[in-house]
Amino acid sequence: MATAAGNADASVLREGASEEKGEHARLASFVGAMAIGDLVKSTLGPKGMDKILQSVQRGRNVTVTNDGATILKSIYVDNPAAKVLVDISKAQDDEVGDGTTSVVVFASELLRQAEQLVNQHVHPMTIIQGFREACEAAKAALERAASDNAGDEARFRQDLTNIAKTTLSSKILTNDKEHFAKLAVDAVLRLKGSGDLEMIQIIQKPGGSLKDSFLDEGFILDKRFGVGQPKRIENAKILIANTPMDTDKIKIYGARVRVDSMTKVAEIEQAEREKMKRKCEKIIGYGINCFINRQLIYNYPEQIFTEAGVAAIEHADFDGIERLALVTGGDICSTFDNPEDVQLGSCDLIEEVMIGEDRLIRFSGVAKGEACTIVLRGASEHILGEAERSLHDALCVLTSTVKDSRVIYGGGCSEMIMSKAVEELAAKTPGKRSLAMECFAKALRAIPTIICDNGGLDSSELVSQMRAAHAAGKKNTGINILTGEVGDMQQCGVVECFRVKQQVLLSATEAAEMIIRVDDIIKCTPRQRE
Amino acid sequence: MSLAFDEFGRPFIIIKEQGAKTRVRGIDAQKANIAAAKSVARTLRSSLGPKGMDKILQSGDGDITITNDGATILDQMEVEHEIGKLMVELSKSQDYEIGDGTTGVVVLAGALLEQAESLLDRGIHPLRIAEGYEMASKVATKELARISEKFEFDAENIEPLIQTCMTTLSSKIVNRCKREMAEICVKAVMAVADLERKDVNLDLIKVEGKVGGKLEDTMLVNGIVLDKDISHPQMAKEIKDAKIAILTCPFEPPKPKTKHKIEIDTAEKYEELRQQEEKYFNDMVKQCKDCGATLVICQWGFDDEANSMLMQQKLPAIRWVGGVELELLAIATGGRIVPRFTELTPEKLGSAGMVKEVSFGTTKERMVIIEDCAASKAVTVFVRGGNKMMVDETKRSLHDAICVARNLVRSNNIVYGGGSAEVACAIAVEEEADKIPSVEQYAMRAFADALDAVPNALAENSGLPPIESVATIKAQQLKDKNPFLGVDCKEIGTNDMKSQGVFETLIGKQQQILLATQVVKLILKIDDVILAGEGQ
Repeated sequence: MATAAGNADASVLREGASEEKGEHARLASFVGAMAIGDLVKSTLGPKGMDKILQSVQRGRNVTVTNDGATILKSIYVDNPAAKVLVDISKAQDDEVGDGTTSVVVFASELLRQAEQLVNQHVHPMTIIQGFREACEAAKAALERAASDNAGDEARFRQDLTNIAKTTLSSKILTNDKEHFAKLAVDAVLRLKGSGDLEMIQIIQKPGGSLKDSFLDEGFILDKRFGVGQPKRIENAKILIANTPMDTDKIKIYGARVRVDSMTKVAEIEQAEREKMKRKCEKIIGYGINCFINRQLIYNYPEQIFTEAGVAAIEHADFDGIERLALVTGGDICSTFDNPEDVQLGSCDLIEEVMIGEDRLIRFSGVAKGEACTIVLRGASEHILGEAERSLHDALCVLTSTVKDSRVIYGGGCSEMIMSKAVEELAAKTPGKRSLAMECFAKALRAIPTIICDNGGLDSSELVSQMRAAHAAGKKNTGINILTGEVGDMQQCGVVECFRVKQQVLLSATEAAEMIIRVDDIIKCTPRQRE
Repeated sequence: MSLAFDEFGRPFIIIKEQGAKTRVRGIDAQKANIAAAKSVARTLRSSLGPKGMDKILQSGDGDITITNDGATILDQMEVEHEIGKLMVELSKSQDYEIGDGTTGVVVLAGALLEQAESLLDRGIHPLRIAEGYEMASKVATKELARISEKFEFDAENIEPLIQTCMTTLSSKIVNRCKREMAEICVKAVMAVADLERKDVNLDLIKVEGKVGGKLEDTMLVNGIVLDKDISHPQMAKEIKDAKIAILTCPFEPPKPKTKHKIEIDTAEKYEELRQQEEKYFNDMVKQCKDCGATLVICQWGFDDEANSMLMQQKLPAIRWVGGVELELLAIATGGRIVPRFTELTPEKLGSAGMVKEVSFGTTKERMVIIEDCAASKAVTVFVRGGNKMMVDETKRSLHDAICVARNLVRSNNIVYGGGSAEVACAIAVEEEADKIPSVEQYAMRAFADALDAVPNALAENSGLPPIESVATIKAQQLKDKNPFLGVDCKEIGTNDMKSQGVFETLIGKQQQILLATQVVKLILKIDDVILAGEGQ
C-alpha cells in the first residue's frame, strides 16, 4: 500500500474537531469580525437606530436598546474573532462605560482595511507594525487636541453638561437630553470627585413621562414600613442589620429537638419566643427609632417593634443595605450584644412618599451628602430599561471626565484630527508599513462616515468637506448631524471625554492586531449537552 | 490494510471498526506515525520567531484562547492521535523544565522526523537512524557549550537580563511594550532570587490579571494580590503594619467529624445551647483580637454574626482565600497557618507593611493588595489589558519570560538566537559526520539538515526567502568562523546576533535538542501499532 504523501495531513485531532489554516483562517476571522461590526454599525451616532433583543429563555423578554455592549452581550456568537470583539466591547463598558459601539465598529473597520492589504500580499506582521505606529501617532494627535478646563469651575461644568448631552444624544433620552444632562451632571458633581457610582441609585418607576424623572437628594428605598408603625420619623436613628428575624436557628451542628410530651414542646416554643423577644429588646435598647433588616421580619418581632414605636423595614436587599449603610454612616450588624461598639446611622427625616402609584421610603438629610437617587419615569418598562442604560453610560463618562478632565471635540472632529496625523506619518514613512498607516487613517475616517450614513446624510460629501477644512487648519470642524452640515464643534458644544476616545483607539487597535496575527483556528469538539 | 484515503485524498487510519483490533506494521507504521507527528509540528511552525503568527483555539465550551505559546496550543488542541500526543508531551516537558522554547522543540522534532522519512525510503534501518541522531545530538550539545558565552550580570546590573527577556517577549503579542514587560519580569525574578544558591523559587512570583486598562498599566506589586474583597463593606480598607492571622478554620460553630446528635428535650437545654453558641462566636473573635491580629485571612466563610462581630471589633477580614494563596501568604508574611482558634498566638501572626483594597473601573471588582511582607520577597505581576484574551496571553508570555530570567540566574551561559546556534550546530554535526565510517553518517547529515529547519522557519515567518537566507548565513558562518550569525528577522540590517542582542539560554537550547532527539528516537523505534477497537 502506498504511504503517506509528503504534505497531506493525517488527522491527529479528536473526531469532530476542526482546524482551519492560513488564508482560510484569516478569512473566517475577518468575516466574523466584520459581521459583528456591521451588526452594531447602524446604532452609531445621534441618528443611530435601536435593536430589539428577544431572549430565548422562558418569558421571551424583550429589550430595546442601542447600547453596543448590551446588544453584543445578548447575542450568541460562534465565530472566534467575533468573540474577541464582543469581549473588547465588554471591557470598554467595564472600564469607561461608554464608546462600546465605537470600539467595535472601529476594530471591524481596521480589519476590513487589513483584509484588503492581505489580499495585496502584505505580510500581516507588516500590517501590525504599521497599525501600531499609526496608533501611536493618533494617540499623540489626540493628546494635542485635548483641552483641559478643570481649573475653571463654570467652564468645567459647561464641559460636563456638553459631554452628557453628546453621550445622551445618541440614546433614547435625546429628546430630553437637556433635562437628563443636568440630572447626570448634578449627580456626578455631588460625588465630589470620588467617582463612586454606587452612591447614585437609579430607581425605575413606570408611569408619567421621561420628563418627570427627577433627582432626589436623599436616598430612596423601594420598601414599606411595617403595619401600624410611624410613617414619618424626624431625627431618625437607624440600625442597619443583617440578621434572621424569623426564627433564630441554633447553628450548632447536629442539634435537634426531641421531646416526650406536649408541655415540653410548649416550653421550648416559649423559650424560642423568649429568645426572639430578648433580641428585639436588645435592638430596641439601642435607642433607635428605625430598624432596617436585610432579611425577613416575622410578625411577632414586628409587633414588638411596633409597640416600642420603632419603625421596622424588612427585606431590604443587599445592595440597598450596603448603600444605606454608606449614606447614613451606620454599621451593618448581625449581633446585638455590644451597643457601645455599633455606629448608628442617622438622618434628618424618614418619610413615606408616593411616586406614581407606589409608596416608597425616602431618607433625606443623610449624613453623607454625596449620595442621591435618580427616579426615572417613563411610559413602559422597555423605555425605562433603556433610559437607565443610557443614563448609566452618561454617568460613567462623567465620572471618568471628573477623574481625567481633558475633553475633545466630537462629531467626527477628533477622528479627522487623528486621521490627518496618521496620514502625515504615512507620507514620511518608507516601506510597506505606510500602506497600513494609510489604511488606519481610512478606518478612522469610516466612523464619521457611518455617523453621517446613519443620519441619512451624504457622507462622502460631508467627510471630504471636513477633511478639506482640517487640512486648511480649522481644527474644530466636525459634522453637525442635526443640521446636516459641517460646522464648528466648539460652537455646537459637541464635546466628548478624552479618556473614552483614547480607550476606544487603544483597545480597538489591540483587538485588530490580535485578530490579524492569527493564521490558524482550531476548534475542539463541542461538549455534548444532554 | 491499515491505511486508506478519504474523499480528499488524505490518508487516515481506519480504526473505528468496533471491537476489532487494528494493527499497522513495519514501515507503514513508521510512516503513519511520522505523518501524524509532522502534522502537529506543521501547525506550530508558523508560530515560531518574532514574526510568528497566533492561533485561535476554541474549546468545547466555546471559550476562545489566542496564543502563540507552543505548549498552550498543543495542550488545548485535543490531539487524539497517539503519536500526536507524544509531541504534546514533548512540548509540555520543555515547558516544565525550561518554560520557554516550547514551539522550537516541536518544530525541531518534526524536522528530524521528516528527514528520517527520506532515510527510511532509502532503506536505512530505523534503529541506525536513531543511533545516528543520538550521536549527532551529542555533537550538537557539545558545540552549543563551546559557542556559549558567560553572561555577566549581578543585582545592580540587570540590563543583560532584560535584553534576554526582551528576546523571549518579542515573539509574543506583548512585544509592543516588551521593554517594560521585560523589566517587570527581571525585577520580579531578582526580587525573589537567591543569588548565593543560584536558585529562584517561582512559586514566589504570582502573575495575576484583570481585564481593563492598558497593557502599559501592568505593574509589579511588591507583595501579594488577592482577588478577594474585605468581607464587610464597612471594615477598614487600608491597614498599615498589619498583623495577619491566617486561619484554615471557619468562623462557625465546630462540626465534629464523628457523627453525633444533640438532643434537646427541655427549655433549659435549649437555652444552654443558645448560650453555648453565642460563646463560640464571642470566643472565636476574642481569640483573634487577643493575639493582636489586625487582619484575619480565612480559608472558609463566616457567618453573618461572626462578620458583624469582627467588624465591631475593628478587625478587618478576608474570607474564601484559596489554599495556594494562603500558603504563599504564610511564606511571605512569615506567619503560620493556624488550623484552630485555640492555637492562635502572637508569634504565629504574619506581618505586612501595608494592606489595602483597591477597586477597578466602573464595576464592583475589588482586589486586596498586601505589600511589604515581612519574611520573604514574594512579588506579584499584575497584568492589565484591553480584553480577556489579551490578559491571558500576556500572562502566558510573562511566565515564559520569567522562566528565562530564572534559567539565567541558575546558569548564566547563553547562546545567541535567531537560528545562529542551530546553524553553528549543523555545521559542527556535518563536519563530525564525515568522520563516521558507518551508515550513521547519513543519519547525522540528516540531523544537520533538520537543524536548519529552525532558521528556515524563522526566515519564512519573517517574510524572507528561507532557503536563500539560511544558505547565506551558513556560508558566512563557515567563512568568518563566527557562530553568531543568524536570521535577521527584525530587518535591522545585520546578521550578527551578538550585536542585535538576541540571546537564549544554553540549557534551554540544549534541552530542546536532547528532548527532540529522544522523542524522535522513541517514535522511530515503533514498528507496530496495535489499537484496541472501541468496545461496545
